Order: sequence, then structure tokens, then C-alpha cells
Amino acid sequence: MDWLTTVDHKKIGILYLIAGLFFFLIGGLEAILIRVQLMKPMNDVVSSDTFNELITMHGTTMIFLAAMPLLFALMNAVIPLQIGARDVAFPFLNSLGFWTFFFGGLLLNLSWFAGTVPDAGWTSYVPLAGPNYSSGHGVDYYVIGLQIAGIGTLLGGINFMATIINMRAPGLSFMRLPMFTWAIFITSALIVFAFPALTVGLVALMFDRLFQANFFEVGNGGSGVLWEHIFWVFGHPEVYILIVPAFGIISEVVSTFSRKRLFGYSSMVFATVLIAFLGFMVWAHHMFTTGLGPVANGLFSIATMLIAVPTGVKIFNWLFTLWGGSIKFTTANLFAIGFIPTFVMGGVTGVMLASAPADYQYHDTYFVVAHFHYVIVGGLIFGIFAGMHYWWPKMFGRMLNETIGKITFWTFFIGFHLTFFIQHFLGLLGMPRRVYTYLGGQGYDDMNLISTIGAFFMGIGTIAFLLNIFITWAKPRNAAADAWEDGRSLEWTIPSPPPEYNFKQVPLVRGYDAWWKEKMEGKTAMTPSEPVGSIHMPSPSILPLIMSIGLFIAGFGFMYDRLIIGGIGLAITLGCMVVRSLIDDHGFHIEPEDQDEGVKA
Amino acid sequence: MSSHDHTDGKLPHEPEKATLEARNKILGFWIFLGAETVLFGTLFAAYLALRHNIGDGPSSEELFQLPMVFAATMLLLTSSLTSVFAVQALHHHNKKSMLGWLIVTIVLGLVFLGLEIYEFREYLHEGHGFTTSAFSSSFYTLVGFHGAHVAFGVVWIALVIGQVLKKGLTVVTAPKVYISAIYWHFIDVVWVFIFTVVYLMGKVAV
Repeated sequence: MDWLTTVDHKKIGILYLIAGLFFFLIGGLEAILIRVQLMKPMNDVVSSDTFNELITMHGTTMIFLAAMPLLFALMNAVIPLQIGARDVAFPFLNSLGFWTFFFGGLLLNLSWFAGTVPDAGWTSYVPLAGPNYSSGHGVDYYVIGLQIAGIGTLLGGINFMATIINMRAPGLSFMRLPMFTWAIFITSALIVFAFPALTVGLVALMFDRLFQANFFEVGNGGSGVLWEHIFWVFGHPEVYILIVPAFGIISEVVSTFSRKRLFGYSSMVFATVLIAFLGFMVWAHHMFTTGLGPVANGLFSIATMLIAVPTGVKIFNWLFTLWGGSIKFTTANLFAIGFIPTFVMGGVTGVMLASAPADYQYHDTYFVVAHFHYVIVGGLIFGIFAGMHYWWPKMFGRMLNETIGKITFWTFFIGFHLTFFIQHFLGLLGMPRRVYTYLGGQGYDDMNLISTIGAFFMGIGTIAFLLNIFITWAKPRNAAADAWEDGRSLEWTIPSPPPEYNFKQVPLVRGYDAWWKEKMEGKTAMTPSEPVGSIHMPSPSILPLIMSIGLFIAGFGFMYDRLIIGGIGLAITLGCMVVRSLIDDHGFHIEPEDQDEGVKA
Repeated sequence: MSSHDHTDGKLPHEPEKATLEARNKILGFWIFLGAETVLFGTLFAAYLALRHNIGDGPSSEELFQLPMVFAATMLLLTSSLTSVFAVQALHHHNKKSMLGWLIVTIVLGLVFLGLEIYEFREYLHEGHGFTTSAFSSSFYTLVGFHGAHVAFGVVWIALVIGQVLKKGLTVVTAPKVYISAIYWHFIDVVWVFIFTVVYLMGKVAV
């Protein structure tokens, strides 16, 4: 019950973590099935229909229901601590954001049980996703599930932007922010300016499917290319929503375990801002072959290649941070160091794809699949693994087992390169993506087998990580406040796990790497910026859960043309908003004499 | 952090910005409006891409009647002004006048909605249904989204009025009045674009 009503950002972080790992497993299972099907030519483990469903759900699940929630888990667990805040700006919305994401994801995955699964690809291109070619309810699940989950993401983006702007501890100016906080700030801005485009796209597709609108119905004047524009105006920034937080995590981990200040901090900040800005300017590089013409293709080519410049700045800064540092090869740091060359390889193929004429050759082949998995798995998932190993003691008060951690790293790392490196060559040989099988004797056979073996290695790595969690669970909570002893930012100044109110006294920040600076001057604690006093806390609430269930019911109602049920669902949600507006909720206070009692997660 | 510091009868000059919670709300709301801008921007883009694809249905030139739309525009612009008066009354801590202006704002919004419903009915009679053409779908979606925002704003301001009546004008209720006024201006600005891009361009610059 406590977990259903919580508005504490640390607990919401844990909820995101559990839900994200759950969906990561589902998405991973789908990936394994895909690879098993492609293991040998003319295989028939799954049917062609099921294969379409698998690739659609794998892509959608991994991006929206695994990667983003795991990032939100780390954001929630870390950001308020890093900026010396007692909470996020909007605790209630934070909880609402989690529950809408969760029920949206649930709705999407219930399609497996309803027997009508989205099968138009994760990009849901029309007219394939339109009512004529996808006549079942599959794509409806995609449209409505993502819409509900998207609300949660947008709320999170607004929340973290406001939190980082308004709630920093005294002295923590923008150019003293830890790099992870900077990354999340930029990511949140990307979310705020990218997700509404998806909202509109999904609404338009929903109107086409449920109410016979004509946005994408070419026979009545609609346009398929319009969907591509709307989707990628959201979809390209989405890539940076995923990778920028990973940049932030890598910066923290590399700097901590090299025991050095992050090299080129201000250039890191500006590189991140520039990447985010350019991220909005390049969406049409997904559409080179739709026939936009040479001028558009040329401009979008150049803009895309420009992104390599700030990204290169970041890569070199990480290398220079490592250079001459006294490096500790913890699991977190292994993932961070493994990230660097892997991401460079993903970036290099990105520049190759950005060249429009060459893209005509690579388009819709496994080369593209290899490229984006190098960026998203080799970048983002390595980053998430690094972050989870790094902040685990802060979140749960327990250190993860390092031996199992290293097994996780090596199996996952080797498995990853085994799976995807070879796919570049499959693509160059002409193996198309999204196709459920292939004829033997075209030179695809051995490479596909190797790729599948690699996928199993990644599966083993993931299982090792889960085992690590369960083994660690049995251990006592004995992690120190500064668990790695080389912590640099504010989260390492408070107990692990932190008390409900985070900071008994909000600290005074006197420079970049606030905690490191104090330690170097021989201090053992931060200087407080305020006297010990009564702490105001928001009260827990069940409303976010009920509101999300309302949307969930409404989604089902509209999908199956039961407008009354849809109306009831919406009424539940809107009713909760009215209730929230009419009932006073002043929260509660934790008095100084109670602040030393037990430490809550 | 406490929200009770200023409630003892002495409101600061700008009560909507007195507490951290309030400043968070105002900032968060501006960010939300950034998101809303993208939302409407995308709807406008879809409309602009599809507005000439009228199929067998009527065109914008045949449909739109500028006098009525102009009247609706004037109503909405005036309601923005009355919501400014409400915020000014808020700054003078004049609760009665503030509530009065908020009610005027709501009434103007409701009349605007009435006109819009009447307008849509007329179009339906002329064979301009939601499913008629790509133009009609994108028209109703864009203008309808705006209308839904107006309707939401009316309900919202009504609830805010209810809160002020119940709790009085405090540092808790003041930011809600202020934010709902910002929202109302935003709706108005969007309408100015709809008036220009949809109606004027649809009637004149075809």
C-alpha cells in the first residue's frame, strides 16, 4: 500500500527500476525469439505474422517501456540528491507519471493476451498501420498504449526541468552542476519539445483508425509522408533523449573511478547543449529515400554529420579524464570504459548513414540495425548498467557483488559485439531488415548463427545481473554514505539509502565537485546552509494510481468502440483532478527530534 | 518551505510568487506551455500540409464566414483582457473584483464555445463532416483541439473560483488564479494563429 501511494522520488525511482527491468526482460525475450528465428535459413520457429509482432513489440517495448523507465529510475534516484534538494518540484505529478507509464505499458502488452498484437513496426508507418492494412486491434494497442505512457514521460520532463532550475542548493550554480544533472536537464527539455509531436501523431493515427479521419488516408487526400515527418520530428530527438543521460552517467562514473575532475567540464556542457539542438534539426535523415529531393537530403546530411563534432568533443574529454588517472576497474567503470569505443563505432556508422547517396544502399538493411543497436545498446544500455552498478549502494544501501558484476560485463560486452558487429556485414551483403526469413546459400547463414549465439550471451549477462540483485538482497544494508570512497557530488554526503527528507540541512555548495572539494580541504561533512529545522513533506496520495487506471479503462473502451466505458474511464481521471483541486492537502512536517530516527529507503 | 508563512491576513504584493511551491508551479506551467506550443505547432503543420486536399467536400473558401469568426475572435481577445483585470485585482488583494472578472472571463469563453458549436453545425449541413476529406479531418482536429482547451479552461477557472470562495485569497490559491490566467492567454494566442492561418488564409490567400 505504501508503494501504491508514495510520492517520494526515491521510492518512485525504485518503482521505475522494477517496472523497467520487467519490460527489459520481456523485450529481451522478444529479441531472443527474433534471433532464434533468424538463426538458420528458412527457419520456421515463429510464423511470419508472429515475427512482425515480435519486431514491433521488441522495438516499442525496449525504447518506451525499458530504456526510458530505467533512465527515469536513475533520474529519480539521483537528481534531487545531486542538487541538494529535499524532493522534486512536483511529487504528485512524479507519481502520476510513473503510473501512467506503467498502465500504458501494461495496455500495450495486454495485446499479447488479446491475441491481436501491433505488427506495423515500431515506427508504425502508414498506410501499413492504417485501418486498411492493419484491420485488427493491434495498432490500436500501440496508439493508445503509447499515448498513455507518453503522458507520464512528458510529466517527468516538466518535473525535472522545474526541479533543476528552481531547487538547487545554495551555491550550486548551473556551471557547477554535476554532468549527470546537466544531461538530465537537457534530456528533459528534449522530452518537453519532442513528445507533444508524438502525441499529435498518435492522435491523428487514432482518429484515422477509430473515427475514419483522413490524415494518412491517401484516397481521401491524406499523406503518408506526413506521418513520417511527425514521427521523426519526435523520433530523432528521442534518440538523444535516450543517449544524453548515458553521456551524463559515463561522465560521473569515469571521473569518480579515475579519481580526477572531469576533463573539459564546460566544453562537455556546451557539447551536450549543441547535440540536443542539432538533434531537432536532422529528423529527415530517416527519410532520405522517401523522395524529398537533393536539396533537403543534402541539408539534412550535413546537419547530421555536424553532430559528430560535439560528440567527438565528449569522447576525447572522457579519454582525457581517464588519462593519467588512478583508475579503479569496478563493474560500473568497466561498463563506462566499454561504452567509449562501442559508442564511437556506432557514431562512425552514423556518419556513414548520414551520407544520403550511401544511405540509398544501406537503407532497410541489417547495416541500419547494427548501427542503431551499437548506439542504443552499446551506448544507452551500457550507460544504464554503469549507472545501476554505480548508484546501487546509494539507492539500496547494499553493494552489488563485484565478481558477478564482472561476469555480467564480460558476457554482455562480448555477446553484444558478437551479435551486432557481424550484422554490419550482413547489411552490406544486402540482407534486408524486418524480413522473417531468408534463403540459404547467400552468404547469410554463418553470420546469422554467430549473431544469434551473441544474443544468448547477452541474455546470460542479463540473468547474471538479476542474480546479482537477488544475492545482494540477502546481505545487510552496510554501504557507507560515500560508498565508493571517491564520490564527488552531493549524493555521496548523505546516508545510503538516504532518509525520506534527503538532507537534514541543505548543504552550501562552494565549487564544482562540491563534496570532493570539501574532502580535499580535510572536511568530513558539507557546510550546512540552514539551521536544523522542521522539514515540510508532501503527503502520499492514491489519486495518481486511480487516475492512471481511469485512463487505462478509457483506452480499452475507445479501442473496442464501447464509448460508455471510455467515458467512464475519462470521468474517473477527471473526477480525480476535481477531487485533488477541492481537497486541502498541506502535507506534513518532520520535526528535528524525529529526524534522527530510522533511515527509510 | 512552509506554505503558512503569509496567511495571517498580510499578503505580499505578488502573492502568487510567495512560496517555493508556487514558483515551481509557475515555472513548471511555462514549461508545459512550451510542450503545448509544440503540440499546436504539429497540428498546424498537419493542417497546412492537408488543407488543399478537399476531395469531394467543400473548400475553405466556400465554407468560412469571416464576420462570425471575427466576432468569436473579439470575444476571446476580450476575455484575455478581463483575465488581466482579474490578475490586477489579485495584486491589489481585491478578492471580490478578482472573482467578478474571472466570472466574466468564463462567460466570454462559454459564448465563444457556443459560437464554435454553431459554426461546426453549419459546416456539417454543408457537407463538411469530420470524415469528408483530409482537409476536414485536419480542420476539425486543429480547431477542435483548441475548443477542447477552451472548454477545459472554463472548467478549470470555475474550480479555481470555487477554491478561492472556500479558502479565500491566500498564497496557496493565488498562484492557481495566476496560472489559469496564463493558460487563458495561451489559448488566446493560439486562436490568433488559428484565425490567421486557418480562416484568413483559407478565405483570402488560397
